[in-house]
Amino acid sequence: MKTVIPVEGNDVLAAVRGFLKQLLERGGVEAVLAPMVTPAGAVTPALVSDAAALDAVDPLAPVMGLNAARVVGPVSIREPRGRIAVVLRPCEMRALVELVKLQQASLNDLVTVVIDCTGTYSVPDYDALRANGGVDRAALMAAMATGDLVPQDGFTFRDACEMCEKPHAVGADVMLELFGADLSAGIPVTLPDEMAQALGLSAAEGSGTRVQVVDKVVAARTKVRDARFAEIRQQMDAEGIEGVFASCVRCHNCMTTCPICYCKTCLFKSPIFDHEPIQFMNWARRKGAYRLPADTMLFHLTRLNHMVLSCIGCGVCSDACPADLPVARVFRAVGQQTQAVFEYEPGRDVTEPLPLITFTENEWTSVGEER
Amino acid sequence: MTDEQFEPKIVAFLCNWCTYTGADLAGTSRIQYPPNVRIIRLMCSGSVDPTYVLKALLDGADGVLIGGCHPGDCHYQSGNYKARRRIVALKEILKQAGLDEERVWLRWISASEGQRFADTVTQMTEALKAKGPNPMRQEWAV
Ligand code: SF4
Ligand code: SF4
Ligand code: FES
Repeated sequence: MKTVIPVEGNDVLAAVRGFLKQLLERGGVEAVLAPMVTPAGAVTPALVSDAAALDAVDPLAPVMGLNAARVVGPVSIREPRGRIAVVLRPCEMRALVELVKLQQASLNDLVTVVIDCTGTYSVPDYDALRANGGVDRAALMAAMATGDLVPQDGFTFRDACEMCEKPHAVGADVMLELFGADLSAGIPVTLPDEMAQALGLSAAEGSGTRVQVVDKVVAARTKVRDARFAEIRQQMDAEGIEGVFASCVRCHNCMTTCPICYCKTCLFKSPIFDHEPIQFMNWARRKGAYRLPADTMLFHLTRLNHMVLSCIGCGVCSDACPADLPVARVFRAVGQQTQAVFEYEPGRDVTEPLPLITFTENEWTSVGEER
Repeated sequence: MTDEQFEPKIVAFLCNWCTYTGADLAGTSRIQYPPNVRIIRLMCSGSVDPTYVLKALLDGADGVLIGGCHPGDCHYQSGNYKARRRIVALKEILKQAGLDEERVWLRWISASEGQRFADTVTQMTEALKAKGPNPMRQEWAV
């Protein structure tokens, strides 16, 4: 059902908090998992069971340091568990869908709440903005009406957000549809009928032009995306992927922050690469010199093979990279082509099987039969 | 190194039940094929992690051959169907990453196809000779 959450005094955040409070008090959930402002002013996901504490949640804060799908896994994966409303960005929702398929999270007992995204700043940029006069939230909220979202002077949105062509809520239980809306008049929302009933909300259409605005934003972002893909592909063609990752220091931050890389038995955390000293000597002799730590390209290429079909483009890998390498651009660009081969779109549909665990007999039938 | 002297090194991951047995048959039948292949026996083509292929290529193998049972004949029912998808993905990723995906061959060769195994190794050796050495042989900074 479609309805509108009333907004008073142009305070969109207060209206979102109020809605989440209602969910907690009357919507049949026992907790809300949402970005929350710490006493120090940082924004982090928190599992909130006390309605009063919801005054400190801030799902509209334009900052992204981690992909919250990562923390939905542990609170949802097995019974007994609470019934939780999880407030996510669109890219976090897509990651959650992939994690469910990878059996690392469960949608049972979850109410997914996804909010159209304004785009986000990196953590350092967000902190710098906070320190220097603050983040202009009102401007961002007003810009959702037209989709002309611009970062504050001297700052940029995260690279992943600048090329994000899926910033709108889809496929969630509850969707806060900010795009195209005059938010001072209210927040258009789609939610299940029973929930609307429990919250005492009656059907209402937003006055907005969401579809047109989303189309416009998607078209603009797609253009940026395609230009950046072209750039990184050119670099990979010219220098190889080893050129792109030449200054990798093998901290594994990209893997640690990746919402999809969940494996507790990851090869690269195992002792399998603790070769005998003489083995390194042999390699050094064979090639004349041998990069250490060893197997850096193997690391990146293996990660591509293991997870790129599920890469949802949140970009947290790039943010976490101390060498400032374009990890997300590489993974998104390679992902796009590889996903196309399997006609797979990560995050699209929780019932769609992961490409590498399914098959049909009548596909690629000439592969392997060459004479 | 001139082309005449270049002898490619092929690392072959062969499933125990079909292709490895096919290779064995080629040997016991005394079918001639080039000595360029180093065989690693696995239980099933479905147990070939892309990492194995990548490790061989990055350390300088000139080609990697993955051999399994023909579709429908996998002893674990679906291992080769899954391998097929994995190798399709691997080759696409290699291509995207600027590496030569043609150095990776997947072939279905049954236990009775000793001749097909020998032919495959012969063809692959020739193709790799035409390509020349894997540039990764020299690259230390990978
Ligand atoms: S990648 Fe897209 S959905 Fe994710 S934070 Fe950026 S704009 Fe929002
Ligand atoms: S985060 Fe950057 S430096 Fe660290 S392993 Fe990943 S690519 Fe390499
Ligand atoms: S047993 Fe031969 S491919 Fe599976």
